[in-house]
Amino acid sequence: MTDENLLEVTDLVKHFPIKQGILIDREVDQVRAVDGISFYVERGSTLGLVGESGSGKSTACRAVMQLTKPTSGSIKFEGREIAGLSRRKMQPLRREMQMIFQDPYASLNPRKRVGQIVADPLKQQGVARGSDLRKRVQELLERVGLSSEHYNRFPHEFSGGQRQRIGIARALALQPKLVIADEPVSALDVSIQAQIINLLDDLQDELGLTYLFVAHDIGVVRHISDRIAVMHNGKIVEEGTADQVCEHPRDDYTKKLLAAVPIPDPRESRARRAA
Amino acid sequence: MAIDPQPEAGLPAGGPVSAFPPAPEGVSAADHGPWYLAYKRFIRNRMAVGFLVLFVLIVLFVLAAPLWADHVAHTGPNQSHTLEKLHVNGEVREVVTPEGRPIGPQWFEAGGKFFLGADSRLGRDEMVRLMYGGRTSLFIGVVSGLITTLVAVILGLLAGYYRGWVDAIIARILDVLWSLPVLLFGIALGVSLAVGGLQLGPIEIEGGSIWIPIFVISVFTVPYVARPIRGEVLALGEKEFVEAAVAQGAGPVRVMFGEILPNLASTIIVFFTLNIANNMLFEAALSFLGAGVQPPNSSWGTMISVGEELLTTEPLLAIIPGVMILLTVLSLNIVGDGLRDALDPRSKVRLEAHAGMVEPEGSSV
Repeated sequence: MTDENLLEVTDLVKHFPIKQGILIDREVDQVRAVDGISFYVERGSTLGLVGESGSGKSTACRAVMQLTKPTSGSIKFEGREIAGLSRRKMQPLRREMQMIFQDPYASLNPRKRVGQIVADPLKQQGVARGSDLRKRVQELLERVGLSSEHYNRFPHEFSGGQRQRIGIARALALQPKLVIADEPVSALDVSIQAQIINLLDDLQDELGLTYLFVAHDIGVVRHISDRIAVMHNGKIVEEGTADQVCEHPRDDYTKKLLAAVPIPDPRESRARRAA
Repeated sequence: MAIDPQPEAGLPAGGPVSAFPPAPEGVSAADHGPWYLAYKRFIRNRMAVGFLVLFVLIVLFVLAAPLWADHVAHTGPNQSHTLEKLHVNGEVREVVTPEGRPIGPQWFEAGGKFFLGADSRLGRDEMVRLMYGGRTSLFIGVVSGLITTLVAVILGLLAGYYRGWVDAIIARILDVLWSLPVLLFGIALGVSLAVGGLQLGPIEIEGGSIWIPIFVISVFTVPYVARPIRGEVLALGEKEFVEAAVAQGAGPVRVMFGEILPNLASTIIVFFTLNIANNMLFEAALSFLGAGVQPPNSSWGTMISVGEELLTTEPLLAIIPGVMILLTVLSLNIVGDGLRDALDPRSKVRLEAHAGMVEPEGSSV
C-alpha cells in the first residue's frame, strides 16, 4: 500500500457464465477468464502484461477500466477502491485513466471525423469547448505525429498505424495518469509497431505517464516495460523486472514465450533450436 | 558485407507523417466523407437515379392536385356530377348515362374536365380523384413509414444495447406481431377501428380517419424494420469505439444516440425507402378490401375497388390507379436498392414486400 503504486490489483476475478435454456437462461458453467490475479503498477513506470490469446489479458484491462464488472477482487487507483463504483462515481476517475485499444479499425467510429473523435473525451468531461477545444485537439494530433490538417478527415482515410495514433491522441486528450494499452501494436505491421512503441516511449518520458502495456509478444513488451507479469489461463504465472523475467525465467510457460520470439540472425536462431 | 540489408532505407524519410497518402489539391477534406462517397456511388447508378426522377415526378403530380382541381377540372375529388352534361365540340354528353355508365376519358376535349372520365355512377372526376387519392396513398405510406422507422429504431436500439431481459421482452413482442397473419389481422383491426374509432390513452382517432390505416400499417410493419436494426446494434455494440466512449464516461443515451445511431443511418434510410413502398401496397390492399381509407375519400386502393365494379366496360378506372401504385412502389424499391448499394456496398439487407425478411448477416446473434 505504498504511495508509489498508482494501480494495485488484488485477487481480481472475472468469470463469464455460460448460459443455456429455452425461455429462462440457466447458468451451466463458467469461463474463468481472469482467475485471481494480483499486480501493481508503480507511478511513472510500465508494467507489461504478456500471455497468449485467451489468457485473460484483455479482460483484466477491461475490468480495471470498469468496462466490465469484475466478479470479485479489489482494484485500487491511487489508493482508492474503484471496483464496483457506479458510473457516476467513476466519471471523474475517467480523466485519470484512459485506454488504447487493440483494433485500430474497430476503435474509431467510422461516422465521425478525426477531430470529433479526439474531442469527444474533452467534451464528455467538460474540459474544453469552442476554439480552445479545436486548438487542443490539433495540438494532440501533432503531438502523436499527425498533422493538424487531419482534423476534418474520416478514419477510413488513414492507415492502421495512423489510426492507432488517433487512438493514442484520444487516450491522451484528458491528460490521464494511467494509460492502459491493450495490445496497441498487435494489429500493425512490424515496421509500424516500432514507430508506435517509440511514440509511446517518448510520450511517457514527456508526460510522465504510467502504462499498463498488454501484448502477446514478449519481445515487444520487454522493450517498453520496467516490470513484466506473465499471464496464462487467467492466472499470473510469473512476475518480476523485465530483465529478470526475460533473462532468468522461472516458469516453463515464460520460457516457451521467450522461445517464440524470433531472432533476426539465422545462425543464432539455429543455435537456439539445437540447444 | 556486400549485401548489407538496411530495412530503414525503404521507408520514406521524415517518419510516419510523410507516409500519409497525399491529399488531392483543392479538394476540401469534407468532400471525402462517407456521405459524399455514397452520393458518388448513387449518382453512378443510372437506373436508381432514373427511378428517383420518376418518383419525384409522381410526388409533383399528386402535389399539383389542388391546382388541377381548381383551374382545369373545376371540381373537387368528392363532388358528384351525376346529372350534369358536358358540351363537347357541339355535342352534348352525359356524365353518367341513364343506364349508370360513367363517361370515358375526355382528355382535353372538355377543357380538361373529366380528363380520365368519371369514376362511377356518382360521376366524380377520375383525374382529380387520382391526384387526391395519390396524396392520401403517399401520405399514408410516408407517415406510417416515419412512425414505423422511429418506433423500430428506438426498439432496436434498446433491445440491441441493453440485451438481457429488455431484449427478451422486445423480441418476444415483435415475434408475436410477426407471427400474426398480417393482412387478415390488419383487415380485422382496420374494419373494427374504421367503425368505432380508436381510443388508446392520449391517442384518440375518429372512425373513418386516415390515421386508422396509418396506425394499423405502422403497428404491423415495425418488426420488419426493428429486427434487422436490433441485429445491427448488437454487432455495433461489440465494437471498440463503443467501449472507448464508455471509457470516456459516456452514458447509455450518448452511446446509443451519439455512437451507434450514426452508424445505423444508412440502414435506416434504406429501410425507410423500402418501407414506404411496402406500406403503400399494404394501404392499397386494406383500402381495396374496405378496411383502409373510407369513402368518400379516395386513395389508389379505394379507386381500384370502385373501378372493379366496371372492370368489363371501363377497365381504365381500375388499371390507372393500379399502374400508379405499381410505378410508385417500383420506383421506391429501385431507389431503395440503389441507396443500399451506395450507402453500404457490403450489406445484404433486403426488404421484400410482405414475403418476409431476409435477415442481414449477424442479426441472429
